[in-house]
Amino acid sequence: MNKRIYYGLYGLIVILLVLPFVVPNNFYLDLAVRMAINAIIVIGLNLLIGFAGQISLGHAGFLGIGAYASAVLPMHFGWHPVTAMLTGALASALLAALVAKPIFKLKGHYLAMATLGLGIIINIALRNEAQWTGGPDGMPVLPMALFGFEIGSDRQWYWVVAALLVLTVWGSLNLIDSPFGRALRALHGSEVASQVVGVNVARYKVSIFVLSAFSASIMGSISAHYIGFISPNFADFFHSIELVTMVVIGGMASVYGSIVGAVLLTALPQALATFEGWETVAFGAILMLCMIFMPRGLVPTLAARFSKGDDK
Amino acid sequence: MLAEFLQFLFSGITVGATYALAALGFTLIYNASHVINFAQGEFIMLGGMLAVLFAQMGLPLPAVLLLAVLVPAVVGVLVEKLAIEPVKGAETVTLIIITIGASLVIRGLIQVWLGKNTFSLPAFSGDEPIHVLGATLLPQSLWVLGITALVVVALWYFFNRTLQGKAMLATSVNRLAAELVGINTSWVLFMSFAMSAALGALGGILITPITMTSYDVGIMLGLKGFVAAVVGGLGNGLGAVVGGLLVGILEAMGAGYISSAYKDAIPFVLILLILFFMPRGLFGGKSTDRV
Amino acid sequence: MSLLEVKDLSIHFGGVKAVQNVSFSIDSGIVYSVIGPNGAGKTTLFNLITGVYTPTSGEIRLDGEIIQGKSPDELARRGMARTFQNLQICMNMSAIENVMVGAHLRLDRNLFKAMLRLPALKRRDEALREEAAGLMEFVGLGEYVGARADAMSYGALKRLEIARALAMKPRLIFLDEPAAGLNPKETQEVDHLVRKVADSGITVVLVEHDMKMVMNLSDRILVLDYGRKLAEGTGQEVRGNPDVIAAYLGTHA
Repeated sequence: MNKRIYYGLYGLIVILLVLPFVVPNNFYLDLAVRMAINAIIVIGLNLLIGFAGQISLGHAGFLGIGAYASAVLPMHFGWHPVTAMLTGALASALLAALVAKPIFKLKGHYLAMATLGLGIIINIALRNEAQWTGGPDGMPVLPMALFGFEIGSDRQWYWVVAALLVLTVWGSLNLIDSPFGRALRALHGSEVASQVVGVNVARYKVSIFVLSAFSASIMGSISAHYIGFISPNFADFFHSIELVTMVVIGGMASVYGSIVGAVLLTALPQALATFEGWETVAFGAILMLCMIFMPRGLVPTLAARFSKGDDK
Repeated sequence: MLAEFLQFLFSGITVGATYALAALGFTLIYNASHVINFAQGEFIMLGGMLAVLFAQMGLPLPAVLLLAVLVPAVVGVLVEKLAIEPVKGAETVTLIIITIGASLVIRGLIQVWLGKNTFSLPAFSGDEPIHVLGATLLPQSLWVLGITALVVVALWYFFNRTLQGKAMLATSVNRLAAELVGINTSWVLFMSFAMSAALGALGGILITPITMTSYDVGIMLGLKGFVAAVVGGLGNGLGAVVGGLLVGILEAMGAGYISSAYKDAIPFVLILLILFFMPRGLFGGKSTDRV
Repeated sequence: MSLLEVKDLSIHFGGVKAVQNVSFSIDSGIVYSVIGPNGAGKTTLFNLITGVYTPTSGEIRLDGEIIQGKSPDELARRGMARTFQNLQICMNMSAIENVMVGAHLRLDRNLFKAMLRLPALKRRDEALREEAAGLMEFVGLGEYVGARADAMSYGALKRLEIARALAMKPRLIFLDEPAAGLNPKETQEVDHLVRKVADSGITVVLVEHDMKMVMNLSDRILVLDYGRKLAEGTGQEVRGNPDVIAAYLGTHA
């Protein structure tokens, strides 16, 4: 790991600064906002999956908690959007900690099972508690206001989300190359080796799971405010899978890979819309082909091809 | 009171048998390859949908059954040959994504081919309910339970009494050792995908006259089968059967006595409780890592 | 008082009694070797003492305090380090990061400080990087300071494990067959390395099949056979023990 890893961040900042001035219309700006939101979620998820080697198949559940906290609390109880967002994020973090503590003592597919179950339970609850959530039809979300300013236009949201993305990338790069991050990667590389040098494995797994749940919840809230409407599909199993797919296609244990994965898979449905009716087949086939021919994901595969030295 | 309880029990066992077959499918593939096959649910869907299609073509019931089991088995083998075997030894997440990709392709193709409608299949031997202590039992339920029981016995015989079955078991315990004694482990992988797809499809065919089917029923059925497999201790055949029945019964009881809206959540609440309090499932053995 | 005391230690896996009623004690500052035929229970003994396995019965004391059943990370906190017979290297990290992770407990591991890249943390990490490079030099891996772990040879990785263990600044280090699979020249280098480690004041517990190395390095030797203690003493005593000759050395020498 060296300073070179931060060059990508500078590149990202340049792209994000230029982008709003070169996109032809709002359609693309909207796409960019959604890509950035997904990128932030996926980076958090990649810290868990790619760096710590633990899988979550229920992350959309945390998005759902954040999104519905931001929808329900201001709407039904008159809470300030920021308070609602933080409350949702804390609730997600708490739930993640509660579930993860016993699960992380287990090995193998159990975390996949537990997170999958949690996600589905959250989704079913959102569908059923119609008096609060509007049920399967969803509900509108009040706009976000900060210090008296209302964040409304796509362009305003773009700057908010772009700033968050830059912070997330910076924080994640820092984290990976730190004592905490090394412990995290070490327990993925060899759990027993990390234990005998003093890493409390369960605690690190829980911490990173909670962090990624917290970040997903915040981004769920932001998505809700940005779109202005929320439905339970946002928190369903398929969305969880989409997020994991973004991690894996972009590249496990690669922060920049997460951005690439998020950008590609956010754009893909638009591109596939031309296939009318065949979207699901095409989406599935692309997933399989990517994994079969590039099991390490795009960015690590390409990085390995273009450089021999360290490709972190 | 008793009648109501029996009614829930009957419907629970019937659905539970389908979960049990799906869970057996998960178990077979997991044992052969340590892959969690998220396409398992699609085989259930495929069985039901193809049975409907073949029945509408006017084929006799035995032919419908046979074809609707065989075709998914071939699909299962294709998934294994084209998508799983090329990435042997890949990370768990990668394999999970591949099987999810496969499930999307299967589901998508059926949606394009047969549409988004809900279909039903005539019951094998009429709809005249049988009355038991005030509760009613559909003849189709007996078919489901009878055939499931037969399959379980046949599988038991296969794994305990035939060389091929023992070869598959040996591979699940220690792949390298199995290869060293001359077992063709790639044949084992092939067989386990064929068998688990066939099991899933069979469950799908049997349950369709009761629950109906459509292109998207596979997701939930598959996930519940996965829950059942984990409840029974992943990798344990008997556990999978008991897990399937247990999940089915608790789901029916929960739907009947607690809340039908939360019916689909019950298996997942169950699995979380089990993971918290009985981390190895009901029948999972203890394992110690060697370092 | 001995640094490490083991009393009546046993572990059973199902019906297999891998270690049975083994007792011994290790004084501070010595090189203590555990030998015995394959399957004698040497690695199992290491796994028991370092907390990877929990014993079925018996007692392990470090500085007089009972430690059996404690987790490996708790034992690491008390100054225990180890290497593995089957390499446990993190292939997803660079060589030097593998060493740096050994210093885990000596660092500020705060999540938020890490994300903010606080200067104090950064400076400490840079110092650690130099320290780790020094350790790699010490174990003879100077040329690999910039290498990736997955690009290193087996022999180099064996030594990388020792460097990682040393980065913990342990009081007590368990080396599980550090010379296994190495050629004679490499074996001799490891021999010197273990001597250097012992000379730096770290108590060394060694499992090794290379008898020349064991006899050359050890202050005391424990002989295990079928999970039981067969003999214990200085190299001289053990070599002269008729049981040992019959059960172990006799088949080799």
